[in-house]
Amino acid sequence: MTTPLLRLTGLTKAYPGVVANKDVSFDILPGEVHALLGENGAGKSTLVKTIYGLVKPDSGTMALHGAPFQPHDPHAARAAGIAMVFQHFSLFDAMNVAENIALGMEDPPKQAQIAAQVRAVSDQYGLPLDPDRVVGDLSAGERQRVEIIRCLLQDPKLLIMDEPTSVLTPQEVTILFETLRKLSAEGTAILYISHKLEEIRALCENATVLRLGAVVGTCDPRQTSARDMAELMVGSKLHVPEKADKPAGETVLSLQGLSAPAPHRFGTPLREITVDVRKGEVLGIGGVAGNGQDELVAALSGEMRTAAAMIRYKDQAIGQMPPNARRKAGLLAAPEERMGHAAAPDMSLTENAVLTAATRQGLTRRGFVQWGKARGFAEGVIKAFDVRTPGPQNAARSLSGGNLQKFVIGREIMQAPEVLIVNQPTWGVDASAAAAIRQALLDLAAKGAAVIVISQDLDELMEISDRFAALNEGRLSAPRPAKGLTVEEIGLMLGGAHDMEVAHVEA
Amino acid sequence: MLRLEKRPQPSRFWVFATPVLAVVLTMVFGGLLFAALGQNPFETIRTIFLDPLFSEFAWFYRPQLLIKGAPLVLIAIGLSFGFRAGIWNIGAEGQYIVGAICGAAVGLAFYPSELFIIFPLMVIAGALGGCLWAMIPGVLRVRFGTNEILVSLMLVYVAEQLLASMALGALRNPDGMGFPGSRNLAQYPAATSWINQQIGMHWGVVTAFIAVILAYVALSRHIFGFNVRLAGQSPRAARFAGVNPSLLVLVCMGLSGGLAGLAGLFEIAGPAGQVSIDFNVGYGFTAIIVAFLGRLHPVGILLAGALMALTYIGGEIAQSNLGLPIAAIQILQGMLLFFLLAVDVLTNYRLSWGRQVA
Repeated sequence: MTTPLLRLTGLTKAYPGVVANKDVSFDILPGEVHALLGENGAGKSTLVKTIYGLVKPDSGTMALHGAPFQPHDPHAARAAGIAMVFQHFSLFDAMNVAENIALGMEDPPKQAQIAAQVRAVSDQYGLPLDPDRVVGDLSAGERQRVEIIRCLLQDPKLLIMDEPTSVLTPQEVTILFETLRKLSAEGTAILYISHKLEEIRALCENATVLRLGAVVGTCDPRQTSARDMAELMVGSKLHVPEKADKPAGETVLSLQGLSAPAPHRFGTPLREITVDVRKGEVLGIGGVAGNGQDELVAALSGEMRTAAAMIRYKDQAIGQMPPNARRKAGLLAAPEERMGHAAAPDMSLTENAVLTAATRQGLTRRGFVQWGKARGFAEGVIKAFDVRTPGPQNAARSLSGGNLQKFVIGREIMQAPEVLIVNQPTWGVDASAAAAIRQALLDLAAKGAAVIVISQDLDELMEISDRFAALNEGRLSAPRPAKGLTVEEIGLMLGGAHDMEVAHVEA
Repeated sequence: MLRLEKRPQPSRFWVFATPVLAVVLTMVFGGLLFAALGQNPFETIRTIFLDPLFSEFAWFYRPQLLIKGAPLVLIAIGLSFGFRAGIWNIGAEGQYIVGAICGAAVGLAFYPSELFIIFPLMVIAGALGGCLWAMIPGVLRVRFGTNEILVSLMLVYVAEQLLASMALGALRNPDGMGFPGSRNLAQYPAATSWINQQIGMHWGVVTAFIAVILAYVALSRHIFGFNVRLAGQSPRAARFAGVNPSLLVLVCMGLSGGLAGLAGLFEIAGPAGQVSIDFNVGYGFTAIIVAFLGRLHPVGILLAGALMALTYIGGEIAQSNLGLPIAAIQILQGMLLFFLLAVDVLTNYRLSWGRQVA
């Protein structure tokens, strides 16, 4: 048997009040693509931070090539051949690619030399990237390539990737996977963290599943169904959303040439969006982030006003209507950013319930908040959507991202909307919670509400949408029935795929 | 190594404990300061914090507590709404002056009539004057995006000039033999705010207490208070919740200006008595300290206002009895705000010994 590249033995790390990692042991072999699976809060981040030298374990050891390995900071980890691509990029928009890469180096060589290296690596691994372009102009996929190339220039033995595909189009995912396979064939091990089980099945040879900080199983993803892996992750039977076939109802919301200037410098203008949304249907809107999703939600929720006639709701022109009047009429929305937009982090869940439910749920009387009633409503949401929290008096920021998302989506669904707009409903939410949210959205549609789901997760949109449309640079493509759409067709609808070139893999 | 660790929830304990700790630290470091000035620190601290309440002359100082505390509390309550919502009205001093001028002008216009309606009219004029003065920075911010901090602050100096010109011109006492200053409203029964001068009771004190109660109800029970808090904590969430940011700016500016104007009116029609060049003594600025010392909470502001009034009076005693310079007292008041802001971090962070974890 080969010596493992990295062997973790009995890693334990406790934070006040929570054990993040409990006696975690597993091996990563040279050149393998190893998946790390687990729900939110299962301890994946703590574990990779330990390997990357950001977190010091309370007990347990790591061995790299059989020798003890105790990185005290990321420098030491990088020097030992471990590189990491974070979910959130750390790039400077105003600088070009080569300058950004130089910033991460201990002892950067000349710009021209870096540029040449970048070109060489990008060529070798089929990651098209021009070192002279300014990062601010790059797509999310291209930014990720900058991060990957930055790692590859260090010639790593182990590359850690945290949720790398969440911002990519299908074509970009294909390019990424080819690159990773090539790296793996050359002997670089990859530790791959993702929620998307189908991806893991397509890419990884080995998987370690974490639950509540402990290893609960390992499997070969190529031999295991996505459903089995999900059940291993959550430790119970997984409920797969069911979509009932039903005839489309009458049009309830109609966007007629909805246009709006970009609300701020980094925003996207909305351009001539025209679509009818019918009762009982789920309209899925796909697209890479930053193509007008936030602006569309703002225009529909009433945060951003448009010309009145651009938005018609039940034969009423509502483009100028303020948010609470729209809520009263039955048009609800849940924006993407949970902390600070959909919810106020420092306020309790009860107060956050009042945030959007005050009007429609009658939580105020003559302007006075009925705190008892608000608390009851918050408790109802917590119960119905299985929000894990000691109670509604807890601050929103004390909840994990997935739990807060359940609360935020639940808060809107429990108000029985007639039209619901959600942006990224399951972003960062674990598999079982995501399934529950999707099911709740489908149930809402089955009861006759129109649901608009904006998401970057195409699998999700295909699973729940009746019709699919793509948002690209503020324009919405004509919606098409979701049934029967192929990945290629969707990719073309998204239209924003950059450099559709796949790695030249030499077999 | 000493480190700060973010708490998952703001600590309930420290929300209440930090002001107390800040007062204690102020006493300790104030004591050191006085020792450096050659004073007995214990005697000085006792003089400032305890003598106004418990010395043999306390009968004289206790009413002063109401007189000095009322305008501070009234102004600070108004400011606290804006401060919670992230709207920084720094010019309460100017609104206080303009409210006083407007209220006094109405009263003086009726002199020497004894109509019952005069004082209520003065109250309305005072509130309106302060409110309109505060509307200037409010409207400028909403319409043109100007910075309300600068505009409201600069308007303080405009108000001071206005006050001087009123004391010397339009409102000067016609029977005053040419001296600057208006007729004495405290000696004009239909226009005075005094209820009982012996115990320091005037309508400003009553209004301050009412304001505390109403503010408490508004902040904890009413959707307006909720929106104010929301706008301060998460402006984006507030907009999502349907709060109109421009309207909120105008309401908060108007409210704080109105209460500052009221405070000015009650002061000029009672304790101060007349429109004079040096009528204002900085209540509008000290109220900013009071608002923060009281954690922008109505009850906290009530206690903080009392404490600030105490240091004012104690400072005067220390000045006359111990010969302490006035600047030393101002440093002490500054220290109080400084320590409060410094220990405030404990509400959201905990101190821990140990090595770097993450």
